[in-house]
Amino acid sequence: MSATAEILVPGKAGEGEALVLTAPISFWGGVDPRTGRIADVRHPQHGEVISGRVLFLPGTIGSSSASAVLMELVHNGRAPAALVLHEPDAILLLGLIVAREMGWETPIAVRLDRGAFDACRGEALTVAADGAITVAV
Amino acid sequence: MSLSLSPQEQAIAAGQDGAGMAMRIVAESARLLGAPRLIPVASAHIDGALYHGDSGTLFAERLVEGGAKVAVRSTLNVGALDLMGCSRIRLEEPQRGMARRMMEAYRKLGCEQSWTCAPYQAGHRPALGSDVAWGESNAVVFCNSVLGACTNRYGDFLDIACAITGRAPDYGLHRPENRRARLVFDVSGLSPSFLASEIAWPVLGSLYGREVGNAIGVVTGVANHPGEDALKAFGAAAASSGAVGLFHIAGVTPEAPDVETILAEPEPEAVIRATPQMAAKARAGLSTAAADKAVDAVAIGSPHLSPAEFDRLERLIAGRRLAVPIYACTGRHALALLEKDGRRKRLEASGVIIVADTCVVVTPIMPDLMGGVLMTNSGKFAHYTPGNTGYAVLYASLADCVESAVLGKPVFTDIAA
Repeated sequence: MSATAEILVPGKAGEGEALVLTAPISFWGGVDPRTGRIADVRHPQHGEVISGRVLFLPGTIGSSSASAVLMELVHNGRAPAALVLHEPDAILLLGLIVAREMGWETPIAVRLDRGAFDACRGEALTVAADGAITVAV
Repeated sequence: MSLSLSPQEQAIAAGQDGAGMAMRIVAESARLLGAPRLIPVASAHIDGALYHGDSGTLFAERLVEGGAKVAVRSTLNVGALDLMGCSRIRLEEPQRGMARRMMEAYRKLGCEQSWTCAPYQAGHRPALGSDVAWGESNAVVFCNSVLGACTNRYGDFLDIACAITGRAPDYGLHRPENRRARLVFDVSGLSPSFLASEIAWPVLGSLYGREVGNAIGVVTGVANHPGEDALKAFGAAAASSGAVGLFHIAGVTPEAPDVETILAEPEPEAVIRATPQMAAKARAGLSTAAADKAVDAVAIGSPHLSPAEFDRLERLIAGRRLAVPIYACTGRHALALLEKDGRRKRLEASGVIIVADTCVVVTPIMPDLMGGVLMTNSGKFAHYTPGNTGYAVLYASLADCVESAVLGKPVFTDIAA
């Protein structure tokens, strides 16, 4: 597995086990901002923890407070290692933009077609600062 | 198309102060959205002062330290505390202190202490066709649809950044071509008695949101203006079940004098015909309680109750004593009127718990109750109560909510769709 993804929001390069979500998620009400656990009981990955993972998002839905939840995860040290989005979500990514303004270290967010997500499932991945996604060695 | 900022906007964005930070946030969002430029906005409604965690408080305080002030009229949506002291909020320290600091920071930024999700009934009504930056899904949909002012859904952080800069990305519903309807939602197949009932609009809103998602539709088959509180209930329910930011009702809302005027193309992409079965299913879907044998509390006021809705509540209670409490959520604008004529005391003597500045699904107010059942007439409360409070929901009309609170057990009047 290797791909070069477009950088949506620059940030710290990340390394972690891939967590590929199979359904869109609403961060507000869907992810616990204190623990990073997926709290939405209707979500297929309910119970998984996004903290420290390379998080693949096929889509996002819902609340305009998604940005607040992502920024809270950054502030708590419970953010994903990197975010890989099928398409940019301005509301979610605002959480990273504002956290950067606050001077907090944020994970990189990149864009990758969701067709490439399956090959990443379960792999230990590195997302470099230039957007290169590779299997960690 | 890449974003181009004016020399003045660039100069502000280069600053190390709060205004610079706000301009960079607006510009970065515009870049992610693909907006070509920023446009001026006439007002803002800020949803970002609701406490979700310490980071939001620290952000608001950073803006205050940076000397930022809002450049346009800015009202505040609900916070996590009842600053009027009407109800007891069970938020513990240190969260309580951080929530208070957050509310205080937004006051220092120059926002009006409105603390309501119904700013449009508290005197903040932007002009038809004006560009504004509003947050909170029900306020956004009302502003776009009923007032005809133009806003996208401005989420946490971006709302206050737009208010400080007086600018917003030129994108989405600010552009006239994106405000036209592509779908028709026809309610003429429903009985006139159902359409005239008070549950019609929240139930139809819930159905509409589920059917159209984030597309823009026009509702047809509505003979008379149902009143502003009905449109408020429709929009709030539609914005919680779907991502509805703008709806039209032919002959009712200002951009849709008739169907032809508001459709984007001569023919709609789809016509959704609401049937009595669909309405009945949508109504049933608002309830989650396994049985309708017990009720522990009633909650009304999402969006916040208007003075007219308090009139109805008082008439329905008719001086009786409630067996279970009715949490009546509202803003200071309505509370001031209730206090002036002694109605607050009368309602509270009956067992109504008035909740001001906030509401029961955004902060802990109702007792923690394993297996608790809440009855509500609000499509929005019905949507958010199970996830946010742990209570199961029974959906009913206001009249049935009041009778149930008086008797201490659920009462339903049959209203056929």
